[in-house]
Amino acid sequence: MLADKDRIFTNLYGMHDRTLRGAKKRGHWSGTSKFIKKGPAWIIDEMKKSGLRGRGGAGFPTGLKWSFMPKESDGRPSYLVVNADESEPGTCKDREIMRHDPHTLIEGCLIAGFAMSAEAGYIYIRGEFIREREALQAAIDEAYDAGLLGKNAAKSGYDFELYLVHGAGAYICGEETALLESLEGKKGMPRMKPPFPAGAGLYGCPTTVNNVESIAVVPTILRRGSDWFSSFGRENNAGTKLFAISGHVNNPCVVEEAMSIPLKDLLDKHCGGVRGGWKNLKAVIPGGSSVPLLPAATCNDAIMDFDWLRDQRSGLGTAAVIVMDESTDVIKAIWRLSKFYKHESCGQCTPCREGTGWMMRVMDRLVTGDADPEEIDMLLDVTKQVEGHTICALGDAAAWPIQGLIRHFRDEIEDRIKHKRTGRVSAVAAE
Amino acid sequence: MSLRRLHSEQPDSFKFTSANLKWAKGQMKKYPKGRQASAVIPLLWRAQEQEGWLSKPAIEYVGEMLDMAFIRVLEVATFYFMFQLQPVGKIAHVQVCGTTSCMICGAEDLIGVCKDMIASAPHAISEDGNFSWEEVECLGACSNAPMVQIGKDFYEDLTETSFREILQAFGRGEVPTPGPQNGRFAAEPLSGLTSLADMNSGDHTHNASAGRALEYADTVKRILGDEVPILKPRKKAAPKTSA
Repeated sequence: MLADKDRIFTNLYGMHDRTLRGAKKRGHWSGTSKFIKKGPAWIIDEMKKSGLRGRGGAGFPTGLKWSFMPKESDGRPSYLVVNADESEPGTCKDREIMRHDPHTLIEGCLIAGFAMSAEAGYIYIRGEFIREREALQAAIDEAYDAGLLGKNAAKSGYDFELYLVHGAGAYICGEETALLESLEGKKGMPRMKPPFPAGAGLYGCPTTVNNVESIAVVPTILRRGSDWFSSFGRENNAGTKLFAISGHVNNPCVVEEAMSIPLKDLLDKHCGGVRGGWKNLKAVIPGGSSVPLLPAATCNDAIMDFDWLRDQRSGLGTAAVIVMDESTDVIKAIWRLSKFYKHESCGQCTPCREGTGWMMRVMDRLVTGDADPEEIDMLLDVTKQVEGHTICALGDAAAWPIQGLIRHFRDEIEDRIKHKRTGRVSAVAAE
Repeated sequence: MSLRRLHSEQPDSFKFTSANLKWAKGQMKKYPKGRQASAVIPLLWRAQEQEGWLSKPAIEYVGEMLDMAFIRVLEVATFYFMFQLQPVGKIAHVQVCGTTSCMICGAEDLIGVCKDMIASAPHAISEDGNFSWEEVECLGACSNAPMVQIGKDFYEDLTETSFREILQAFGRGEVPTPGPQNGRFAAEPLSGLTSLADMNSGDHTHNASAGRALEYADTVKRILGDEVPILKPRKKAAPKTSA
């Protein structure tokens, strides 16, 4: 188990001093100007060496992403945008950072902003997190008052403004280009790429969009060294990670652990195990709603990292673990995700706008068993036609959970249809 | 996608309170010159916080403030689901999270409570005019499922019984303490800390969200702008951009 001294988010539960003074006591904001004086190249190099992969779901190497930003300005300013639009079902990790350990994020913004020569940072938080917004804004105000943001931030000689802005309840704004649209005051409809945000992002200026956790771990990585960070987890899956566990475990929680922790250890050590014991496990969604589920048999030796889960045709996503025990109607659980994606599709691309509705309506029938067995393959076919045919990944995200369900629980779907049918037949025979 | 339209009955006019107007002008300064449209969501949201729901005059008012075509503001208002385009209950609009984590932990029972105690259909106002409800998508408190948002606050780790009691308390004009309702502090394991045990200073009686709710006492209050400010005015003007 990860030792407390190796945890980055030492006030994750907010039980300790949440103010700037408390954060400083825990080691945050120490040596910030020293890192900045070492220059952007050093910071980006350290990030690359640490092996940090983006914590927002896609797992793209953070240092590499920063290196795409222009080194010299062509007259346009650069921006850092932090994606705090945490809306992926199952995911509730960034909320804990923002309300309980906000200075990790603010210090990270300053360092990341400097590494990409940004003149301002915008944190885009989802609209529903109202208290979290207030907590984070209070921490930003504290940082300004202490001279850690603004002109000559943290006495580093670098000027950096940090603003907190909010959305109003649209999952799609977690997609980076939709987020930029929303920041510009428009509907959150994703943009075509290229141009990528590093070339033309917010207001047409070079922009990097990072997840809250990716930015919040940066100062600690620099303080303790890239070697320290990369010593956790398997190769190519470095670091510590916040896991958010929900559903049928005895003690659902958010906890920081080393990457590549076995799923069983994670659930047993921190969550009091699966409700009714490990044998009562039916399935796990390991990385938020967008990734295909793992059946219980695969969970036995599941390792929670990007590569292992990808090899199982699932994914680490946001490391939001949704646990379902034997009492769960797994078809209905996935149907609810289909309903979610139908609700949240922005309507821009036809395959997604129409497809999410079709998929949900077929799923409706699979839940009740009022479907033809052929419809299972038809549904699978529709998911393949949505997947990869849309501007953003929402179409893929809507397709994958259904594909996972059919891959692992086809028997159960067929049984339900059969049961419904034979039920009818015998009822007719009884007349 | 869902179909969202303006309500059939609209008030004659809308105006920010003077404190809200001042706040709104401060928000517009967060963005580069000429980019004031970026403030459309915060301004619409404040209009809703002031009135309880978002009316056509409010949408037009915000459009004029930001120098935006009305249709651009209207499409924002209809796109984002937090904007209530019809009147809501006088005391509170209850938003029950119904997505998978909450669903498998009992959100359907909570929806049952809403149907029983408020109204059979979502967005309909209860007979006494005090409440309305809707099922919303994931609110991002999955480790504390099932949960609802009432006004500004999350009520987490609910059961059918505790949710009923909360609604009854609101009906009596009280504001129950938000946050986990099962004795938890925040998102730690219920049975006790498995990590960071040394970091429990015991200084706080509530987590950062519930603590603020108690301090500000504005969970279901209409926001007039004279409450605790959440943005201090900055000395430096917003960055300029040529793009």
